[in-house]
Amino acid sequence: MTITLSHVLFVLFGLMVLGGAIAVVTVRNLFHAALWLMLVFFGMAGLYVLLEAPFFAAAQLFIYMGAIGILIIFAIMLTRAFMRQPMPRANEQWWLAALLTAVLLGVLVFLILQNIRPNIMAEAVPESTIHILGVTLVDPTGYALPFEVASVLLVMALIGAVTIVRER
Amino acid sequence: MDWLTRLLAFLSNAIVNIGAWLQGVLTGWGLPEPTAHLIVRAVGALAVGFFPLVVVIFLIWAYRKIAARIQGRLGPNSSGTWAGPWGILQTFADAIKMIVKEDIRPQGIDPVPYNLAPVLVVFASVMLWAVIPFGPGGSLIGTDLSIGIFYIMAFASAALFVFLMAGWSSNNKYATVGAFRAVAQLVGYEIPQLLAVLTVVAVAGTMKMQGIVGAQNVIFLVAMPLTAFIFYMASLAEINARPFELLEAESELVCGYFIEYSGMKFGMFYLAEFMNSVAVAAIFTTLFLGGWRGPWVDQAPILGTIWFFIKMGLVILAWMFIQITLPRLRIDQMLNFNWKFLTPLAIVNLCVTVLVNKGITEAFPGGAPVWTRAGILLFSNVLTVLVVWGISALGRRREERRAWRVAQATELEVTA
Repeated sequence: MTITLSHVLFVLFGLMVLGGAIAVVTVRNLFHAALWLMLVFFGMAGLYVLLEAPFFAAAQLFIYMGAIGILIIFAIMLTRAFMRQPMPRANEQWWLAALLTAVLLGVLVFLILQNIRPNIMAEAVPESTIHILGVTLVDPTGYALPFEVASVLLVMALIGAVTIVRER
Repeated sequence: MDWLTRLLAFLSNAIVNIGAWLQGVLTGWGLPEPTAHLIVRAVGALAVGFFPLVVVIFLIWAYRKIAARIQGRLGPNSSGTWAGPWGILQTFADAIKMIVKEDIRPQGIDPVPYNLAPVLVVFASVMLWAVIPFGPGGSLIGTDLSIGIFYIMAFASAALFVFLMAGWSSNNKYATVGAFRAVAQLVGYEIPQLLAVLTVVAVAGTMKMQGIVGAQNVIFLVAMPLTAFIFYMASLAEINARPFELLEAESELVCGYFIEYSGMKFGMFYLAEFMNSVAVAAIFTTLFLGGWRGPWVDQAPILGTIWFFIKMGLVILAWMFIQITLPRLRIDQMLNFNWKFLTPLAIVNLCVTVLVNKGITEAFPGGAPVWTRAGILLFSNVLTVLVVWGISALGRRREERRAWRVAQATELEVTA
């Protein structure tokens, strides 16, 4: 097997994601943890590019780095406890979190082992993936219902936020 | 005259020919074909990356000169030390000064984010240029991604956290508050900008930059002036131009998130801001002014690049005139304008334009004539503006009447 550029990039982005993820949970400074999380998001976008899913890569940058990441940093900065750094690494519920993540890992590994398709890279990526994505999202036999449910959920969150901050 | 014809033929497709020539030279040296191709592409990427830097150096000079003339000053000139005719080398002198300046580090900074922020902010600005189409075909664009314009919006949005990084790591409460202010403005104005872009994408039917240019048989500024207006206003806020210049506000809000930076680190923020202004002008040209399209482009593709730069220059000039002449808004006015006017207008505009566009497509099964589609879209735009103006006028009158009634009531109380 020859090593191509995409192998090198895959390892690079993989290291970015894994190393960043480890750093997120181990650094004592919450702000640094948030910045490492940004690196994880960026690495994920790179992996999407390697999978020839440019729309997901851009959506990853746009939503995770541009919106969720910013929100996380804001939440950290507006927390009073942030001033007493460095923070303890774990609180007393660490065993519950470990249990849940272990279960999640088990489920994911099981699912991946169930669905291994050795020749998946041999299948050609269709020409206009965005067109297919768009049609699938509004197709009643496709994902129209989950798509609509997600938008209703977002509208509910929007109204909820407005209701909470409203002056009475 | 033979050499002239050949020179014209070479120039008319210059970039492709230079690329082919370079590849020929490299393979002539005995490099394998893929390696030579990779090197040619890397050189192209470097050229695309350095292009905004070169433009910005002259843009800063032009901006200072134009601002000076409008304000009745001379601007950079050679009256003291020689700086070239009309002070054209002044920016180089400033750049050298910034680079050799002592690197001042405030106490208690968070060193890694503090030093990384200026690098990342320029990185994000350079990345925008990868998908800008400078001319027809696949050679005068970094890469014609299928997500084109969405890539630009994604990178601009992903770079926002850098401001928080710079503001927080500076160990200065004014910098932190400035970063909050910057993110509040930029996140807010992203919404109308994105909705305007979405309107363009829906009418063009593609997110590819070359596809959007190709869809403009009638330029979108004529077909959808309201969308262009929304995009332009939101872009002014995104690039921190004068009516929305609250990120910096050096006279009363102490510069915001980059107050603790000096020397070339400050220079990087300054550079990124100018690069973003040029990038926004290029994007506006591509989305609304038909990009490289113009007369005689079919005969000589390089002419498209010239058209592109002429249009981009006009957009930059418009930005400069607004930037130089307008005063700054207060922060509440700035946020109100976005959330209570621009965003609702963008949503209404998106719904109307998409419905009308779909209606035209349904009404003309064989494809609508270009000017018919543009005319109907323009008409729907004018109608939207009239309705919005009417509603806001009604609201204002109701407000005035309520204020009058309150005044009457207080007057009665006072007399009683």
